[in-house]
Amino acid sequence: MSKIEIKNVYKIFGDQPSKVLPMVKDGASKEEILEKTGHTVGLDDVSLSIEEGETFVCMGLSGSGKSTLIRHINRLIDPTSGVVSVEGTNVMDLNQKQLIEFRRHKMSMVFQRFGLFPHKTVMENVGYGLEVQGQKPEERNKTAMEKIEAVGLNGFEHQYPNQLSGGMQQRVGLARALATNTDIMLMDEAFSALDPLIRSDMQKQLMDLQSELKKTIVFITHDLDESLRLGDHIGILNGGRLVQVGTPVDIIMNPADDYVKAFVKDVNRAKVIKAKIIMKSANESNGVDKKNLVKVQEDQFIEEFLPQVVCTNANCEVVDKQGNVKGYITNKELQKSLTKS
Amino acid sequence: MEKYKKYFNLIYLIAFVAMVVVAYTTSKYRPESVSVLFTDLSWLGNWPKWLDLPLMPFLNEGFDKLIKEYGMFFEGINNFLLGLYTDMKNFMVALPWPVLMISVIVLCYFVSGRNTGTTIMVAFCVFFLGFLSPRYWDKCIMTTCIVVIGMLLCLIIGIPVGILMARNKKVRNAILPVLDLMQTIPSFCYLIPGILLFGLGAVPAIFAIFVYAVPPLIRLTDLGIRLVDKEVVEAAEAFGANKKQKLWGVQLPLALPNIMQGVNQCTMMSLAMVVIASMIGTRGIGDEVLLGLQQLNVGMATEAGIAIVLLAIIFDRITQSYGEKIQARTHNKKKLIL
Ligand SMILES: Nc1ncnc2c1ncn2[C@@H]1O[C@H](COP(=O)(O)OP(=O)(O)OP(=O)(O)O)[C@@H](O)[C@H]1O
Ligand SMILES: [Mg+2]
Repeated sequence: MSKIEIKNVYKIFGDQPSKVLPMVKDGASKEEILEKTGHTVGLDDVSLSIEEGETFVCMGLSGSGKSTLIRHINRLIDPTSGVVSVEGTNVMDLNQKQLIEFRRHKMSMVFQRFGLFPHKTVMENVGYGLEVQGQKPEERNKTAMEKIEAVGLNGFEHQYPNQLSGGMQQRVGLARALATNTDIMLMDEAFSALDPLIRSDMQKQLMDLQSELKKTIVFITHDLDESLRLGDHIGILNGGRLVQVGTPVDIIMNPADDYVKAFVKDVNRAKVIKAKIIMKSANESNGVDKKNLVKVQEDQFIEEFLPQVVCTNANCEVVDKQGNVKGYITNKELQKSLTKS
Repeated sequence: MEKYKKYFNLIYLIAFVAMVVVAYTTSKYRPESVSVLFTDLSWLGNWPKWLDLPLMPFLNEGFDKLIKEYGMFFEGINNFLLGLYTDMKNFMVALPWPVLMISVIVLCYFVSGRNTGTTIMVAFCVFFLGFLSPRYWDKCIMTTCIVVIGMLLCLIIGIPVGILMARNKKVRNAILPVLDLMQTIPSFCYLIPGILLFGLGAVPAIFAIFVYAVPPLIRLTDLGIRLVDKEVVEAAEAFGANKKQKLWGVQLPLALPNIMQGVNQCTMMSLAMVVIASMIGTRGIGDEVLLGLQQLNVGMATEAGIAIVLLAIIFDRITQSYGEKIQARTHNKKKLIL
């Protein structure tokens, strides 16, 4: 069973969504619906499943319905039709009380425009999730302080959000979501306001956290590099429709349509493709010249070992963390993976 | 709702016809038979006497009935408010004037967040109330007591109603027209039902203050809550805040600057009303204006007028500075400027 399952979800914004639904189901596009009925299509027949412990990245242009999709998972928005289930429970079946419990203990969220409480200090903001759960101030302040340190904001804990820069506010939002230590994290453009240095630092922290704690993360971003770096699977939305779901390599190697193609056009492939993806496994690489070899970790990106290979004109031997040989990469595979299709 | 909208015009038409028929049949000036109307067209000249909706007798009857059946109820309210007013007034009048003055100044100092400028200004105004004429001191106390009780009533009823409106669209749609009505009826029309229900004196003034001053407070509470950033409210929900936690922890604190603006408006309107209420024998600083008017004594009326302005400044500064203090604390940049 998947951790999060979204089945045929439609969301239409407007006065009479149920009246417009049949038109959308008949395949009318977002623009047509807006022109004819004044309703906005938020999501159009979206189905996907997210496995426990993976990072699912959702991408798409502005207005494609990313935030709408993520808000369905904790039921900040009710679907017009379709089913959203988390750990096998349909979120629409929860009553008020169950929904509150569910939001307190199952998932936390980082908001696109931060959603910080302007009348609370950084510390109170970060501890908010624990506060509503009824934790004592001493306890929750301790947890809050840990998370504030984790996002590098020590010293600012008694400031108010409007005394911080945009990027710092975003980190407060991040710390707030981390503080409740839930299984599922919903992150709506959680890194968009950060400068490149902190951003890559945060990405790294998130990946470390992920390898340790194995949370289920739904991550929204505009940045393809980021999505390729973080995502186990990537879903691409266009006008409320999910046009492609796949692993990063899938998306780059076999874009489903022109929209996705345009998205991945400029990607630096050497930066996102890992050695283990292009290698030939050890038992089918008899013809490879094994005299002149460069040792490569299976999780290294091409960019990291490319200079070495070019300088020595050698083949690569791919090894895992224990040092076992997993496969080989020759110039042929390198060339194939780096040429744009 | 949408479905019934097209029947609205029909309902209006039926209601109108029904009213005309009622007016015609109840009028004592109506012609012997309807057919006369078609032969003798003179009724098209001046407005005919029989085309007269009998609203006045209808309302009077209703009012009589109300007093007869619920008289006890109004009596209870009357006694309660009068008791409150008398106790409060007697207490403040009995205090030595320097003590009362210092209490007001201290209150202002702390409420304004230790703002010395505001405090000094208020101190001057308080002093001048008695300095203008010794008679004014006690009269200002009476006026203040009425305003404060009226305000409390407004707060106790107005803020919860505002919260309900912000939460529920149906409630809002039902209450908004009532507020419009309350605000368009000229203010001294409220005095008459006040007198009929509560007799002369302080209580009808309190009643009139309530009806006149509560609409802006309700509106600003409703608006203030709805203006709170949607994503901030969503954040509270996403972390599992229940309704109570959301209201007290997020919505009300962030709406407070607007609510305080409403409270300030409410005070100013109360003060305006209490001066008008002197016409129905409510004791207070308004008497002096009325007296000056009756005796054509310009100096007296002006002096009393100045005292009212001073009182208004005191109320305004104290409520306003409290709002500003809250605003500085909550860092809420969204505020309705009136
Ligand atoms: N509350 C709402 N009422 C009406 N329409 C809405 C509402 N929320 C979203 N929409 C519409 O739904 C569509 C998707 O919006 P959404 O916020 O999900 O976009 P997004 O992909 O998150 O974009 P961005 O990258 O700019 O954040 C937009 O066309 C928007 O106009
Ligand atoms: Mg968005």
